[in-house]
Amino acid sequence: MDDNGYVRPDLVCPAGTPAALRAAVDAGADAVYCGLQNATNARNFPGLNFTPAELEAAIGYAHVRHAKVLLAVNTFPRAGEFALWRDAVDLGARLGADALIVADLGVADYAAQTYPELRLHLSVQAGASSPEAISFYCEKFGVKRVVLPRILTVSEIASVHRQIPCEIEAFVFGNIGMMAEGRCSLTNYVCGLSTNMDGVCSPAADVRYEEDAERNLTTRLGPFVIDRFTNGESAGYPTICKGRYLCSARAEPYYAFEEPVTLNLSALLPDLMRAGVTALKIEGRQRSRAYVRAVVSAFRNAVDDIMAGRDATLASLIALTEGHRETEGAYRSKTWR
Amino acid sequence: MTLRARADFAPPPLQRLLQTIPRWLLAGVPLPLLQPFLGHIATHVARSRPELFARLGPHAGKLFLIDPIDLPFVLLLRPNAKRPQLTASGRLPRPRHDAAIAGTFLDLLGMLDGSLDGDALFFSRDLRVSGDTEAVVVLRNALDDLEGNALDSIISAFGPLSAPIKYFISSLRGMRTEKHDG
Repeated sequence: MDDNGYVRPDLVCPAGTPAALRAAVDAGADAVYCGLQNATNARNFPGLNFTPAELEAAIGYAHVRHAKVLLAVNTFPRAGEFALWRDAVDLGARLGADALIVADLGVADYAAQTYPELRLHLSVQAGASSPEAISFYCEKFGVKRVVLPRILTVSEIASVHRQIPCEIEAFVFGNIGMMAEGRCSLTNYVCGLSTNMDGVCSPAADVRYEEDAERNLTTRLGPFVIDRFTNGESAGYPTICKGRYLCSARAEPYYAFEEPVTLNLSALLPDLMRAGVTALKIEGRQRSRAYVRAVVSAFRNAVDDIMAGRDATLASLIALTEGHRETEGAYRSKTWR
Repeated sequence: MTLRARADFAPPPLQRLLQTIPRWLLAGVPLPLLQPFLGHIATHVARSRPELFARLGPHAGKLFLIDPIDLPFVLLLRPNAKRPQLTASGRLPRPRHDAAIAGTFLDLLGMLDGSLDGDALFFSRDLRVSGDTEAVVVLRNALDDLEGNALDSIISAFGPLSAPIKYFISSLRGMRTEKHDG
């Protein structure tokens, strides 16, 4: 802890490709999280993620530069298909990943029993937000860090921090969706694939974009229209939770769950650090290395400013945000929606 | 690093002028004259960057229509490792394709060299996608992962002319960025 009362937090950054991982490390990430090219991680998107050989090279690249690599094995195995998740845990251990990010009880148990020295982080997909739930994972599986769901205010995070025996990782930037992480089945209803078991939300194969002559954009997921954006209106991701719908109770289409908006907690960084957050997480494994470079650089500078006792000056990231809008979500107030 | 949302403001006159330079240069060029260069680029990239195709998987056989909206033609790309295809075509009638990506010439270059984020360009409506969305996502991810960047791989196909071409493109983008963020 320094003179300002801050504990220097790890900056935990996303990488969907080896190039993005190198960009994150070079931009100042303390740790980079990534996944394999299968259903064992919650960003199982086409053309994304790492082969075993790429992961091995990436870990080497990061370690030489004193950065950690965290392997996300954070989906829930279907009955009878545990071998894929077991292999992912084995691979992470064999290649020297600095931690595994897990959500499923069986995966956590297998990793804890087989590799007791391997550090475990509890994924946001586990949806553990109470001290009781978090402590259970710590006691049973030796979890060293919890990634908190995006449903708590900063003061609630501080309260949780005082009651749990592990570190806290909190999202500070990126996509923000349903506040039911690990429990959302909206994609299932439309596409037949599970975000939580197949690792894919709104699979691109089911997404269609149609623009008319006036440049009005219609977004479809499967047979459903998710949203319509007028000419010049900023667009968002084609997820059901960000859709704008017609209903009999409203005169106009409205965002029933969530709006196209990006979480940005840059103004709350000092509060989060005082609340006991040990790691600041940037979302976006599905994004390009340009995004990774820009966001990681901005937060690297902001954290360094705070640790040095200076006012944090975060570069504008509005151009990278969904719908060109930012929010502090539930972190500042539970009444944000 | 400051990035601005392009949809939020109209480009200033000088920027609009700069954006027309590629169109001026290429307006009088008959498409058949471009074909040997485009074919050479496709063959060169396929030979020098084989890792691109592993990430493309089954989508390597798809036909992508790439539409630089400020140029007088569109490009058709079939990123097949053994028989890569890159050709120029008139915009109308729209050639047959599996997926289409449209944006300004410089925005598409920015995605190729890893300096612009495709999702951000989509959010700001500067990038348009239609057809097989999965194929587009895979192509974007494959190009974004190339060591160095995809634009350098393309430019290197021109051998001794690579340096002046790179300088020209850098200058064009530099002038535009200066006006953009200034």
